[in-house]
Amino acid sequence: MRSWPACTRPASCSVMPPSDGRRGADLTALYQDLILDHYRRPRNRGLLEHADATVTKKNPLCGDVITVQLELDGDTVRDVKFAGEGCAISQASASMMTQMLKGRSAQDIGRVAATFTRMIEGDSSAAADASLGELRALAGVARLPQRQKCALLAWSALTQALVSHG
Amino acid sequence: MTSLAPRSDFPLLAGDPDLVYLDSAATSQKPLAVLDAMREFQSRDYANPHRGAYELSVRATQRYHDARARLARFFGVADADACIFTRGTTESLNLVATAWGRANVRSGDEIVVTRAEHHANFVPWQQLALATGARFRIAEPGPDGLVHPDALRALITSRTRVVAFHHVSNVLGDTLPVREIADLAHDAGAIAVCDGAQAAPHLPVRFDELGVDFYAASGHKMCGPMGIGVLLGRRPLLEVMPPYMMGGDMIEFVHDETSSWNTLPHKFEAGTPNVTGAVGLAAAADYLDALGMRAVQTHERSLARTAHERLAALDGITVHGPGPTERSGVVSFTVNDIHPHDLATILDARHICIRAGHHCAQPLMRRLGVAATARASFYVYNDEADVDALLAGVHAARELFGHATV
Repeated sequence: MRSWPACTRPASCSVMPPSDGRRGADLTALYQDLILDHYRRPRNRGLLEHADATVTKKNPLCGDVITVQLELDGDTVRDVKFAGEGCAISQASASMMTQMLKGRSAQDIGRVAATFTRMIEGDSSAAADASLGELRALAGVARLPQRQKCALLAWSALTQALVSHG
Repeated sequence: MTSLAPRSDFPLLAGDPDLVYLDSAATSQKPLAVLDAMREFQSRDYANPHRGAYELSVRATQRYHDARARLARFFGVADADACIFTRGTTESLNLVATAWGRANVRSGDEIVVTRAEHHANFVPWQQLALATGARFRIAEPGPDGLVHPDALRALITSRTRVVAFHHVSNVLGDTLPVREIADLAHDAGAIAVCDGAQAAPHLPVRFDELGVDFYAASGHKMCGPMGIGVLLGRRPLLEVMPPYMMGGDMIEFVHDETSSWNTLPHKFEAGTPNVTGAVGLAAAADYLDALGMRAVQTHERSLARTAHERLAALDGITVHGPGPTERSGVVSFTVNDIHPHDLATILDARHICIRAGHHCAQPLMRRLGVAATARASFYVYNDEADVDALLAGVHAARELFGHATV
């Protein structure tokens, strides 16, 4: 078991400052404590004993892999776990995602997933949507086209899990 | 250490002075001489070769012919017609696996590769084995993570038909003893196929002295354009191989029921060839020979050694592959718990280009027990300041991730 150094830096703002381009960008807002904390201490990590839906998604370009499992009560998510490996962005996105799902309906989750996807793809109005909560810490990924798939991998698995069960 | 080639020779690097380009193992930047040669050909001698009865087409044909002769000289091939132009290493290897493989490999035969092959020298053989019922055997790396000739020797039997291996690994940067492995293959009655994609740009390659039957290389990794490469082969094998692709240029006579094939090299060059690419690649050969391939090798190895030693001196950094004095210009590494993609993003913000990922070598990555590594690779235009920038970037990433900076 690896041990992680304690996070000591103060939390910075959760939305990337505007920038004239990716190069020379200050990435401290993206790799902030909240993201690194989810990366190093992921929430809801593991496997469910009685999953109603299990979907694994891979990004063949970088080798990231994420499995999302759902336990459902009708169309309401009762429990969720994720497993897999990848970069800080993919793991933090998965971890923060799982925190938002319990007790919510598939339709409700679908709306959040759509808003989150729009934010990652660069829609600034989505980035201002309070319904995304902590997830807005990932808004800076919108300026990193080559990393958008990392942020969306877990959500893609989640969406497929909900569809496959519904 | 200064760069071997002036940065000003490379328009992209000259136009972007802050850029630290450390991904030449993926593709190299282009010298102006190569761009000029391609433009000059298209501006002066451009026509479809081998076809026209007019003088312009004859000139285009001559330029293509001259380019082939230039590449044959660069690669130490006496028989220039055994230097086949392809789109690159991937097509060259697929050509051999398909044209030679389908004609010569049968159920019960064996194909030997190494675990450290690029997918382009792994998947075509794996699929040939599946299609023919041959047994696909993988030579494993030793405890040091590197493939050694003994691992191949242990797998090669009288059933072996092909031994396919890399000259220089694109992931780890180690170099295999090509002649020794070719001899092992030939002693067993097998052919030897060598992936030279990471060797041809970086060290002197004399095909006729290497002893292999086929050798594949890509132009774009050696200062040439994308979309052109070579397959070097031994004439007796090429003569009896069926064609790979059918079409114009590669035929002799086309009857209603049958066809016959053109002579070498045209038999393996169906369709209008990439003459502009060949002219550019010939100019790249001129450029590299003017630098001297021995000097290219020495320069890159020196930079890679420095990068290796400085990275390995930091806490929490693993440098994969051979020791600092044994590697070509490729340095694969991992940093603490920082995923290579996060590292690449952080370096990118500092204008530093590295590769992060599985490097098209998933079978090897599984064995190394890592999903991805970061890879910095050096070429003629890199200098010690690029190594400094890489190290400063790695320090910055460690700081961002909350690691103490050593």
